[in-house]
Amino acid sequence: MKLRTWFAAALLATAAAAQAQAPIRIGAFLAVTGPAAFLGDPEQKTLELYVERVNAAGGVLGRRLELVSYDSGGDAEKARTFAKRLIEQDRVDVIVGGSTTGETMAVVPLVEAAGVPFVSLAGAVVIVEPVKKWVFKTPHTDRMACDKIFVDMKARGASKVALISGSGGFDKSMRGECLKVAKNHGIDIVADETYGAGDTDMTAQLTKIRNAPGVQAVLNAGFGQGPAIVTKNYRQLGITAPLYQSHGVASKQFINLAGDAAEGVRLPAAALLVAESLPDSDPQKKVVVAYKQAYETRFRQDVSTFGGHAYDGLMLALEAMNKAGSTDKVKVRDALEQIRGYMGTAGVVNMSAQDHMGLDLTAFRMLEVRKGDWVLAR
Amino acid sequence: MSAQLVQFLLSGLTVGAIYALVALGFCIIYNASHVINFAQGEFVMIGGMATASFLGAGLPLPLAALAAVALATLIGLALVKFAVEPARGASVVTLIIITIGAAILLRGLASIVWDKRIHALPAFSGEQPISIAGATLAPQSLWVIGVTALIVAALWWFFNRTLAGKAILAVSHNRLAAQLMGISVRRVLLVSFGLSAALGALAGILIAPITFTSWDVGVMLGLKGFAAAILGGMGSGPGAVLGGLTLGLLESLGAGYLSSAYKDAIAFVIILVVLVLMPGGLLGGRATERV
Repeated sequence: MKLRTWFAAALLATAAAAQAQAPIRIGAFLAVTGPAAFLGDPEQKTLELYVERVNAAGGVLGRRLELVSYDSGGDAEKARTFAKRLIEQDRVDVIVGGSTTGETMAVVPLVEAAGVPFVSLAGAVVIVEPVKKWVFKTPHTDRMACDKIFVDMKARGASKVALISGSGGFDKSMRGECLKVAKNHGIDIVADETYGAGDTDMTAQLTKIRNAPGVQAVLNAGFGQGPAIVTKNYRQLGITAPLYQSHGVASKQFINLAGDAAEGVRLPAAALLVAESLPDSDPQKKVVVAYKQAYETRFRQDVSTFGGHAYDGLMLALEAMNKAGSTDKVKVRDALEQIRGYMGTAGVVNMSAQDHMGLDLTAFRMLEVRKGDWVLAR
Repeated sequence: MSAQLVQFLLSGLTVGAIYALVALGFCIIYNASHVINFAQGEFVMIGGMATASFLGAGLPLPLAALAAVALATLIGLALVKFAVEPARGASVVTLIIITIGAAILLRGLASIVWDKRIHALPAFSGEQPISIAGATLAPQSLWVIGVTALIVAALWWFFNRTLAGKAILAVSHNRLAAQLMGISVRRVLLVSFGLSAALGALAGILIAPITFTSWDVGVMLGLKGFAAAILGGMGSGPGAVLGGLTLGLLESLGAGYLSSAYKDAIAFVIILVVLVLMPGGLLGGRATERV
């Protein structure tokens, strides 16, 4: 809200004054092409859209925003090169980017050495644990997803769980986290299967899971087309145990791909997916509905939580600049760390010196597919 | 326990038929020119993606599929015209490298012309699984298996019973002698690229309801199809099918009885063993080098 009042004030400032000052440079490196393009593409679009919107509303600190964005293709090596260019040649004031954990971790040593505030859009816990001085992140972690899923499984009386995961970085990381936290929830992992990146059929793995003794629920950690194929094969084999997917497939596309097979599938996701059906009393509703409408009218394409992460990243950076009253990197970093109660598309963000993500389990909603759409479970 | 085995076999056949269908596309161009066309996976991708986009534009499925096959054929012909023909006289290795370049170009174009999202095609005859001895099979798998069988028969007829097919084989055996007999090598190349592009596109359409389709789906499918073609014996239609089915069965039995994490490794180790023992592949060993 503070942001909005500020925009109003900025509108009053004369255009000439805004023009006279050098623009604030927002640096980004995103996987716009390549295997992680489904992350980078909506992120890039979101950054472009909101830099335009903020500029139309008068900019920040009376200065225009300028987006300097590079396509890393999801390649950690390229990400490093581009981050170097952003820091040394483009001299950006803040970096918002890093679609995947691999890219992000490759860049961390650079931003730490150069002292540039960096808001990552990637998922894994390692990005903010242990805390790194200049590194923040907006998406939920895979560990939170595991926690949320296990809590829901327990509530439905399931404690013997089978795991099936892909072989990508996200899949492996989430599998590891889930294995780690399972015990805390009293969950027994009774089967642990994997599939390859381009696999076209997972019935062999699922048959093994079906025949494992006492399986009460199945969790599929993965993203891309894999989980949709798993879901189809799951129904084809007639397995009745509840199926859980990860937040990696939290988009309408998953339902489009898996079709009727997706009915009853549950997954943890940000409120963005069910924006319109949130109760009006929900404090997050206004933010997510506004973002969803802005994105969908501009790009004619269903909104995804990944674009939402970029929205949160940009808005957090701008909020920090407003709070700091300058683009001084040290001050912006300190302001980022002090952000409390910011409502984003991912949930309420309460940053602290110990927590550079600032989200808790309430940020995740448990969703279920019903009649071809996401609804809040229970 | 036996129901489990049946399920692994059915899963293997489903995947194997997909690999076989892709592998068949490699055969035709190989027969005409000894070139391994690494853009074959991209023809598969174009088939699926074009059908999805034509469907989105409102065409009914059969028409969309037909248009997609036509589009892929045109692209195959253009590939000969603008990339292979200008390099006339170049070695086979050079031509293979050209097809790798074409594959990268086609992938890039697809991601721009269409989009980078994953698309699904509707199954041709519903999603209700078919039950066989306690195991299940998706109806679309029958389509894939059936069409693969048809194509093998059609290819056999084409290469053994028609003049055009025999001309292609003649060029593959001895280009110069074939030319002296009045066979136009240029036309043979055009026909073989056009045919295998159409075949690849058809494969892409048939498998898209099972595997989904996206701009980069050709990479993995092309690789697996290539492995199947090598295993069966490069250039042999029945070999491609045998290679594809073997690869699929190895993967599903490996995942089922040993370890799903190592199923690709298991399959490739067995392929290596086979190739060491039978360098020509399962059905390709009989071809002799003429001096």
